[in-house]
Amino acid sequence: MSNAIEMKSVSLHRPQLLNALWALHDVKNYLSDTDITTLAALFDISRVEVEGVASFYHFFHRQPAGKHTIYLNKSIVSEFQGFQEVRTAFEAETGARCGHADESGQFGFFETACIGLSDQEPAALIDFYPFTRLNPEKVRKIIAGIKSGASVASLADTPEDNIRYTPGDGRTLLLSPYEPGTALRTLLQLEPADVIRQIKESGLSGMGGAFFPTALKWESCSNSRSSRKFIVCNADEGEPGTFKDRVLLNRLPGLVIEGMALAAYATGASEGVLYLRAEYRYLKEKLEAAIEEFRQQGLLGDQIPALQPFSFDIRVQLGAGAYVCGEETALLNSMEGLRGEPRTKLYFPTERGYLEKPTIVNNVETFACAARIIEKGPQYLLRLGTPESPGTKLISVSGDCDRPGIYEIEWGMPLGELLALCDARDPHLVQVSGPSGKMVPAADRQRRISRRDLPCNGSFMVFSKDRDLLQILKNFSDFFKHESCGICTPCRAGNFILNRKLEKLQLGLGSQYDLDELQQWGQTIREASRCGLGQTAPNSISDAIRHFPDYFDARVDKSGSDLQRGFDLEAAEREYREITSLKK
Amino acid sequence: MLPIVTIVVDGREIEAREGDRLIDAIRAAGTEVPSLCYYPHIDPPLGTCRVCNVLVNGRQMASCTTPVKAGMVVATADAALQDNRKAMVEMLFVEGNHFCPACEKSGDCDLQGIGYQLGINATRYPHLFIDRVIDYNPERIVIEHNRCIRCRRCVEEVLTDEGKKVFSFANRGNETEVAIDYEQEARLSEEQAIRAMHICPTGAILVSGKSLARPFGERKYDVDHRTTLPVTPPSTPAKPAGGRKTIATTSLAGCFGCHMSMLDIDLELLDLVELVTFDKSPLTDIKEFSQRVDVGLIEGGCCNSENVEVLREFRRKCDVLVSVGECAIWGGLPAMRNTVPLRECLEEAYLHSLTSEEAEQVIPRHEDIPQILDKVYACSEVVKIDYFIPGCPPDAHYIWKVVKNILFGEAYSVLSSEFKYD
Repeated sequence: MSNAIEMKSVSLHRPQLLNALWALHDVKNYLSDTDITTLAALFDISRVEVEGVASFYHFFHRQPAGKHTIYLNKSIVSEFQGFQEVRTAFEAETGARCGHADESGQFGFFETACIGLSDQEPAALIDFYPFTRLNPEKVRKIIAGIKSGASVASLADTPEDNIRYTPGDGRTLLLSPYEPGTALRTLLQLEPADVIRQIKESGLSGMGGAFFPTALKWESCSNSRSSRKFIVCNADEGEPGTFKDRVLLNRLPGLVIEGMALAAYATGASEGVLYLRAEYRYLKEKLEAAIEEFRQQGLLGDQIPALQPFSFDIRVQLGAGAYVCGEETALLNSMEGLRGEPRTKLYFPTERGYLEKPTIVNNVETFACAARIIEKGPQYLLRLGTPESPGTKLISVSGDCDRPGIYEIEWGMPLGELLALCDARDPHLVQVSGPSGKMVPAADRQRRISRRDLPCNGSFMVFSKDRDLLQILKNFSDFFKHESCGICTPCRAGNFILNRKLEKLQLGLGSQYDLDELQQWGQTIREASRCGLGQTAPNSISDAIRHFPDYFDARVDKSGSDLQRGFDLEAAEREYREITSLKK
Repeated sequence: MLPIVTIVVDGREIEAREGDRLIDAIRAAGTEVPSLCYYPHIDPPLGTCRVCNVLVNGRQMASCTTPVKAGMVVATADAALQDNRKAMVEMLFVEGNHFCPACEKSGDCDLQGIGYQLGINATRYPHLFIDRVIDYNPERIVIEHNRCIRCRRCVEEVLTDEGKKVFSFANRGNETEVAIDYEQEARLSEEQAIRAMHICPTGAILVSGKSLARPFGERKYDVDHRTTLPVTPPSTPAKPAGGRKTIATTSLAGCFGCHMSMLDIDLELLDLVELVTFDKSPLTDIKEFSQRVDVGLIEGGCCNSENVEVLREFRRKCDVLVSVGECAIWGGLPAMRNTVPLRECLEEAYLHSLTSEEAEQVIPRHEDIPQILDKVYACSEVVKIDYFIPGCPPDAHYIWKVVKNILFGEAYSVLSSEFKYD
């Protein structure tokens, strides 16, 4: 991409390390040994520390990764919609083996975790520009285009927003018509405490999936007497299958900006950071332009004229590829130029957050909701949804359905109704809230999508009867094995161990004993892990075994034999026979 | 300063300062909580190993990263909790490549010590056998990546005089490892390097020439058998009902050390032959099973096709099958080859070794000699195993106590000092 940061603009403060790594990486699409040495000197830290940070994020390469770098999404939805063919096509057209650059160094080709385009799969990023609905023919044209000198930007697709459903008139919250500045201008009549009171009244809770009461966070931050506070927008939408934040940022960036400004006004913060996942780098310019527009309008900036002496500004911080950075304390570490490892939970970020200062971290949709609540009043939201779970939720629907895209639903919608709305094709199971969420049989049509029954962080993947359950579980497990931050034992080692067990089952070598162990081991990982990643990673495996016993019964040994079915003597001897050319 | 409050630990009220780390409060009150990463002076605590987990108001939490709060009800000895602690340590064992008998730190190793303390017999998880390197590049330090448990102590604690880090975590997910900075390492004094070796809870950080400074027998977790091993009470078992019991034994991919250990029971052997009859066994030199037997004792894992056949025959002919010793349980020392491709192993052994003929090209093979397997398998991977007797080798008295228990239901208790892996 064109907006490489000038090295001279980089200060030597540690939080700038991520930007400095990007600046050098952008020059030649990888970090050389010299780059690492340069940064170590600039930041006055040891080389191994720079290495440690760089190697944490999967978009930083230490080996040449091609003049043009291609990342093909390998999430389960992509896998079921032609990933393999597209992958083969990319390898054939570019001459680059997956995971490497081609010999001439023109192309680097890699697989990557979900890039937030699940409603238009298979999708890829080339030089961080989006390419959607790929097929071998389209791949051939794209690569031919690049080879003939066309700019990648000119070949890229514009991702569709695919807004498929909003509740009827007067019942839409987030996606209702938007007039920039409405919420912020309301502040002229509101004291900071009034803002928090209205948010509290609405019962707004974290839309990233943790559903922590937003007002509590804001209140805690507001109570702190620190002179420096931060508002951070978590736009690290990494849960496979979710893309609603991408659509919000693309369609209503102003709403998110206003939400952040409200939080700042309510808590006395003056600095805002929008942490944008690198997969959405193509939205960065647009977001920065939207922020600039707000400054021009006098709604953001050093001194906001209308609300003197309140002052608040926002910058965009680009991530570099790590699912775990969606965890708020990992995100803060990443912002500080560290490895994106979750912190120990001794303090809430509202006590000690970014740079040890009180910090509010909220999801994109939470800020957007907050802006709507101030604009329309909490009563508007309280009329929607159900009494226990009022309001609406953006759901990213993908998978085996004819109408994938964004659905703003009122909380409480029955599962069956959403499946009907999206024209699900012979639905068999739904993965609600992504791999870390719940696997639900589609037959449970009466279950309600609500904070109480089936809470949803936005990811809603539909799978039909002919999709193989173990393939789904293995895809999820591969994801967690790779995306664990690696610092705590149960998550790092445990997810690897579960992954091996799933391989055994895929080979048809499992027994009932293996299924029991999967359940027990998953429970151990859930109980002992340090953060939400490990605490949820085994969920889908447990759900699958519980809900679909027939599937597993047909695939495991129930004979009770004393010989282990998992051991195949012939396979174990094969290598030796090959090496010594010994015939059987 | 925050107030002193009362919390309940295992049903006992104790006083602690609010906000202090729970692990310190529990330890100060005299209850031991195991941990592999915790150091009181590191702030914030590392919280990586998850071995110090306790139940706080019924929920599992790492006691190192949980601050004391008034009225907390803490349980440290809950059975499920203890099992989870064991699970953590077992995960560390299967994730790395820990060959205690070949490790310089054996006896001084916290991981091994906790293994004894928690009474880990066999890991419930299969070993992952990931190929890892040993890094001899640094000036003084050798990094044995096979043994690193990623506790993070060295990352936080080992700094140069200029305050620069010598170690850092690198990569992510299952590939997370500790990396060392050669340039900074060279600036460490010998004392600083030795300190790095000592804070490492395993044998992952070694200092060339210094790692065997303390002789075996005098190390941190070495147990002085003369003083602490209780004398086995003279065994006067009642004549069992149902006549003499039968035992068979075999050694697969092992060193016969476990069989040697079996003979070590000295005079008790006389009692034993009164009670049992040995069928197929190297001890009797009986080659074939003459009947179905009560107990089969297996030493060694499976490294070739013949091992598999023998093991399967034992499974068919024995009512109860017992894996004796580390090799049978998970592969043990022969499994050191599991991280190396078979071709490399065979070429190293037959073509490129010091004693092989020049330009040797033949790796031995014949239909009649056993086929070498792609890796060494634990017995439990090939057939179902009923019991595990850990140790390298297990102590003789301990083996026979277990066997007598299986045969006659005789009560026994195994002391942690009775099994050793080194």
